[in-house]
Amino acid sequence: MTAEQIIFLIVGAATLLSALLVVTVRDLVHAALWLVAALFGVAILYTLLNAGFLAVVQVVVYIGAIAILFIFAVMLTRRQAADTGAALNKNWWAGALMAVLTFAGLAFLLQGWSGFSKTASAIPSGFDAIEQLGGALTSPVGYVLPFEVASVLLLAALVGAVYLAFNKK
Amino acid sequence: MNFLNDPLKVASDWLTGIFVSWGMNDVFAHVLVVFLGIFVLILILMVIDILLVWIERKVVARFQDRLGPNRLGPFGLIQPFADIIKLLIKEDTTPAGADKIVYNIAPMLSMMSVLILWAVVPLAPVMLGVDLNSGLLFIIAAGSIGTLSIIMAGWSSNNKFSVIGAFRQVAVMISFEVPMLAVMLIPTIFSGSMGMNAIVQSQDIWFVLFSPLAALIFLIAAIAELGRAPFDLAEGESELVSGYNIEYSGMKFGMFYAGELLHAFTFGGFWAIMFFGGYRFFGLELVSPFLAIAIILFKALVGYWVIMWVKYTVMRIRIDQMLAFNWKFLTPVAFTLVMVTALMNALLRGADGWLYVTGMILANIVVAWVSLEVVRSTGKKERERVEGVKQVVEAHH
Amino acid sequence: MIPLSWYLILAAGLFSIGLFGVLARRNAVAILLGVELMLNAVNINLVAFWRYGDVSLMAGQVFTIIVFAVAAAEVAVGLALVISVYRRRNTVVAEELDLLKW
Repeated sequence: MTAEQIIFLIVGAATLLSALLVVTVRDLVHAALWLVAALFGVAILYTLLNAGFLAVVQVVVYIGAIAILFIFAVMLTRRQAADTGAALNKNWWAGALMAVLTFAGLAFLLQGWSGFSKTASAIPSGFDAIEQLGGALTSPVGYVLPFEVASVLLLAALVGAVYLAFNKK
Repeated sequence: MNFLNDPLKVASDWLTGIFVSWGMNDVFAHVLVVFLGIFVLILILMVIDILLVWIERKVVARFQDRLGPNRLGPFGLIQPFADIIKLLIKEDTTPAGADKIVYNIAPMLSMMSVLILWAVVPLAPVMLGVDLNSGLLFIIAAGSIGTLSIIMAGWSSNNKFSVIGAFRQVAVMISFEVPMLAVMLIPTIFSGSMGMNAIVQSQDIWFVLFSPLAALIFLIAAIAELGRAPFDLAEGESELVSGYNIEYSGMKFGMFYAGELLHAFTFGGFWAIMFFGGYRFFGLELVSPFLAIAIILFKALVGYWVIMWVKYTVMRIRIDQMLAFNWKFLTPVAFTLVMVTALMNALLRGADGWLYVTGMILANIVVAWVSLEVVRSTGKKERERVEGVKQVVEAHH
Repeated sequence: MIPLSWYLILAAGLFSIGLFGVLARRNAVAILLGVELMLNAVNINLVAFWRYGDVSLMAGQVFTIIVFAVAAAEVAVGLALVISVYRRRNTVVAEELDLLKW
């Protein structure tokens, strides 16, 4: 087993464990903090996949903005400081069944696919992923249209969020 | 290749050789040497941090017409060490009802968010941790870990002052991240790279001469990001006692405090790297890496001094003023400046040095003038509106 | 070298855990946390397919960036909705928001 595989197994196990705690822990602030741990694990997986730029963006966007927003929202929407009552609804067993079935179905579909256990070829020397990504995002033959649509979506979300949360006196 | 030209490589080769001769695995020896290097860097940073406490206290004393620490050792130099001993032997209290694990992790995360910044700081042409090609974004990423540590500290202390302080600090940090990131794109436009070393290498002329407005906006955003005066409402003593770190005592408080000082020093360093040539100073950096380190540390100290100068001169402002200043003034100006700079860069690409500098400075002056004019006329209208309302009230009486 | 299957299985696991969170949690904010996990699982797949396929085709990374933007938009609007609902109904438990269920 190579060092890379050991790192993957440790990080992957930590990510899945944190994710499980996100969906089961009763205290919602703890759930948000476990989400941070899980997202950090995903960022490390990006680094293992040679996508360092995406790892940094993951930390900036998810941990710096989304997780903080979640913690804010949790603190703003509770009647008393501690979370009481059950964390899961009474049909949680059906949810668990659905989740297990989804996982089994995905695993079944994947193991029948021919490219399932292929390994990565080496990154060509002199390949700069950021430069390629920037070019792809801005060139007319690349992905400039999805990129612009995403920016319009962000603007619409900004306006919508301000309108929804604005306290009309 | 000798020790004076490339000390890091020589030292690491020497150590790796020793470890391998002890019969260690090649890869393992390399990893061990890297860890030792990180450990030594952190040790040096902590020593600098202790001296920063002394510098801060001496400088604030000068600003306030006092002497500062002067009893222990020459110029009071032993004073910070005595402070550290005091912090270490203080009783370590945890408030009742605190979330113990989160409460204890928060100071560590705070210190960590500062220390990992030094992984991308180029100390000399051949001495830097990693030459990340997304180095500038890395600064923001490390800053978001700092934000997380603050909200963890504020929430887990089970104290309403600390929660309010954390809310304010986090609101300021995530809002001022926006103009800071926008302004960081300007050195990126000039150098064509987000890597720290590439930015320093391409500064034959300091970028502050290309874009003084960008340097100013970065400084303002950095001060807000650090939570120092005039943006220190998060720990406004008169209303919140101490803000998010109110319940911490002993060395845990010491970690927040030391982290804040080192953070300010580090941002002084980033200001120097992005706009004042980093370790470069008229070719002196090529003489010896040690001279380059001295230059970057000196420039970082100058940046730190400017941040202190602002802190001890300017008054604290209200939280709504702070956020309005960011969203209604700093962010639009930063975005306009980025667009104008990119446009001017495209127009002047082939032009020779002096024309380029003049064009860029003119663009900066125009942006600054227009934004100040807009602020002036809006402020005038607002004043007229408020005063008009007042007159109506008086007429009623 | 890590085979592609490891990443795909990990992503499938993360997606299923997120799905469980969405289906089983009572609090609306916690449901959104589950959605975040599902989006991240998708991102792992996108980046893994980029890395294990032809590296010079950037579609995987581009769509990861777009998923980042969509996730940010979703969280901003979703949490604004949650806060707005909390103002009106004084609860964020999904079962208690049953005005349309008569």
